[in-house]
Amino acid sequence: MIEKIVVLEVVLPLLAAPVCVLVRHPRLCRLLSLGVVAVCFGIAVAALLEVRGGGVISYQLGGWPPPLGIEYRVSTVNAYLLALVTAMALVVFSFDSRGGPPRVPERRRHLYYAVFLLSISGLLGMTITGDAFNIFVFLEISSLSSYILVSLGGHRRAVLSAFHYLVMGTIGGVFFMLGVGLLYQETGTLNLRDIAARLEPALDDRGTVLALALLVVGISIKLAVFPLHHWLPNAYSFAPPKVSAFLAATATKVSFYLLATILFTVFGAPFVFGELRLQAVLLPLSVLAMFLASGAAIFQTDLRRLLAYSSVAQIGYMTLGLSTANATGLAGGMVHLFNHAVMKGGLFLVVACLLYRVGSVHIDALAGIGRRMPLTSAALVVGGLSLIGVPGTVGFVSKWYLVAGALERGWTAAAVLILLSSLLALVYVGKVVEAVYFRKPAETQPIDHVREAPLGMLAPTWALAAAAVFFGLTTDWTYGVAREAAELLLAGGI
Amino acid sequence: MSLTEAISGLWAYWLLIALMMVGLYIVIARNNLIKKVMGLNIFQGAAILFYVTMAKVDGGTAPIVPHDPAHPGGHAGHEVLYSNPLPHVLMLTAIVVGVATTALALALAVRIHGDYGTAEEDEAVSMDHG
Repeated sequence: MIEKIVVLEVVLPLLAAPVCVLVRHPRLCRLLSLGVVAVCFGIAVAALLEVRGGGVISYQLGGWPPPLGIEYRVSTVNAYLLALVTAMALVVFSFDSRGGPPRVPERRRHLYYAVFLLSISGLLGMTITGDAFNIFVFLEISSLSSYILVSLGGHRRAVLSAFHYLVMGTIGGVFFMLGVGLLYQETGTLNLRDIAARLEPALDDRGTVLALALLVVGISIKLAVFPLHHWLPNAYSFAPPKVSAFLAATATKVSFYLLATILFTVFGAPFVFGELRLQAVLLPLSVLAMFLASGAAIFQTDLRRLLAYSSVAQIGYMTLGLSTANATGLAGGMVHLFNHAVMKGGLFLVVACLLYRVGSVHIDALAGIGRRMPLTSAALVVGGLSLIGVPGTVGFVSKWYLVAGALERGWTAAAVLILLSSLLALVYVGKVVEAVYFRKPAETQPIDHVREAPLGMLAPTWALAAAAVFFGLTTDWTYGVAREAAELLLAGGI
Repeated sequence: MSLTEAISGLWAYWLLIALMMVGLYIVIARNNLIKKVMGLNIFQGAAILFYVTMAKVDGGTAPIVPHDPAHPGGHAGHEVLYSNPLPHVLMLTAIVVGVATTALALALAVRIHGDYGTAEEDEAVSMDHG
C-alpha cells in the first residue's frame, strides 16, 4: 500500500496548486492546502515507519523500471526529510496570519496558496526522487516559487531581495545542472544509484572532479554555506513572516540533504573526504560561518535579520557535522537539521506574532513586550535557549553529538570552537531577551495597547516551542533516526 | 592530450566556457537589473549548449528510427548511428525553466522600477540606506 502512495507526496501539492487558482476563494484554498499538507505529513510518517531499520520504498514512475525510468526512492534518510518538511508545512499553514501577506490583496490570495503549495511540492520532489535531473527540475520549481513568496513581503526591499535571491539561486541551479551533465557524460545515466555504481572506475577522471566541484558549489549557494550566504539575510528578513518561518525551516534543510546525498551516496565518502579532502575547505568555512555570522547577528537591530544571520551560523554547524564524515558527527549534523528547523521555525512564528501585535520587530520596539505578550515572549525565550544549546532543549542535543563527532575525528580545536561559538549565541539571544523582559518601553512608542497574540497564532508557535523542549528530552525519534540515516549515508546507500 | 588537440578537438567547450564567463561577468559587474537578467540568460544558454554539445555523436544523424518497407510496423535491421537524444530532451525542460526564470526576473524588475523609480540596483539599495 505505502509503496504505491509515496508518489502522492509530490502529486498532491502539485495538483492542489492549480485547483487553488481555479477555486479563487482564500478560505477554501487555505483549508485545501492545510488538508493536502496534513495528508502528505501522514504519508511521510507512514513511510518513515515503514523504512526504519533499513527498509526501502521504490516507486517507478509510469512503470518504467530504473535506471531508465525515474525512480522515487524512500529510505530512512529522505523519509526523515519528508516528515520534517511536511510537518513544518503543516505547522506554518495552521498558523492563522489574519489576512495573509501584506502585499497580496484579498482577491488574489488564492494565488499565494498556490505558490506555497508549489514550493512544498518542489521541496518534497527534490527529497523523494532518485533521479539527478529530476532533482534539478524540482529544485527550480521550489526555488522559483520561493522567489515569488519572498517578494510578497511588506517592505519594498522584499522585491529587491527576491531579485537577489533569484540571481544567486539561478546561478546555483545552473551549476547544479552542469554538474549533473558532467556526471551524465561520465556514466551515461541519471539515476543516482546507477551513477554511483558506474562512477567507481571514472573517479580519477578530471570530469568527475569538476562535476563534484560544480555540484558542491551549486548546492552550497542554495544551502547558504558561509561565503555564498549573501542572499539569505535579506530574503528571510523581508519575506512575509510565515514564508520566512517555512523557508528557514525547510529550504536550506533540503539543500543539506541534497549535499549529503551527492557527497556520500553518489561520490562516496572515501573519494570526497579521503582522496579529495573536501573537509579541508568545508571545515574552515563552517567555523567561519559559526563565528562571523553569529558575530554579525549580535550587531543586528532587527529581530528578523538577527535570526537570519543566526541561520547562516547554524548551517555552519550542520556542514561541520558533514565534514567530520563519521557516523556521530554526520548524525549530529542531520539531527541539527531537524532541531534547527523546529527552533528557527518557532522563532520566525514568534516574529510573525510580534509583527501582528506590535507592528515592528526592531529590538528597541520590543522593549518591555514581555509583560504585554507573556506567552509569545516565553516561546521566544525557549527558542533562544535552544539556539544557545542549553541542556533540555534540542540545541543541546545537536551540539552534544557535533562535539562528540568532532572529538571522534580528533578535531579537538573544532570541538572547542563549537562550544565557544555558543557564547556568541548567548550574546545575541541575551540581547533580545534583555530588551523584551528587562528594558522599559520607550516613551515615544507606548505599548499599552499591545495584547497577547490570538490563539490561532499562539498554538502553532507553541507547538514548535514545545517540540524544542520535547525533542530535547526524548531523542529516540530525532537522534535515533538521524543516526540511522547517517550510517546509511556513510555506507553509500539512499 | 596535447595542447593543439585540446584546442582543436574541444573547441566547442572552450567557446561555451567563454560564453558562460561572459554571462557570469555581466551578472556580477552590471548594476542594471535588465542587464543582469540578460547575463543570466547567456549563462543559462551556455549550460544548455553544453548538454547539446555532449549529445553530438561524430557522424550521427537525427535520432529517428528509419522506416523499413520490408518490415511494416518494424524498424530497419541495419545499424544507424544516432546523436544522443536524451540531453536534448532534458534541455527542453531546462529551456522552460530558463523562460520561467526570465519571466519572473523581469516581473520583479518591473515591480522594483515601480517601487524605487529606478532599475539600477545600487541606486535602489542606497535609497533604503540613505
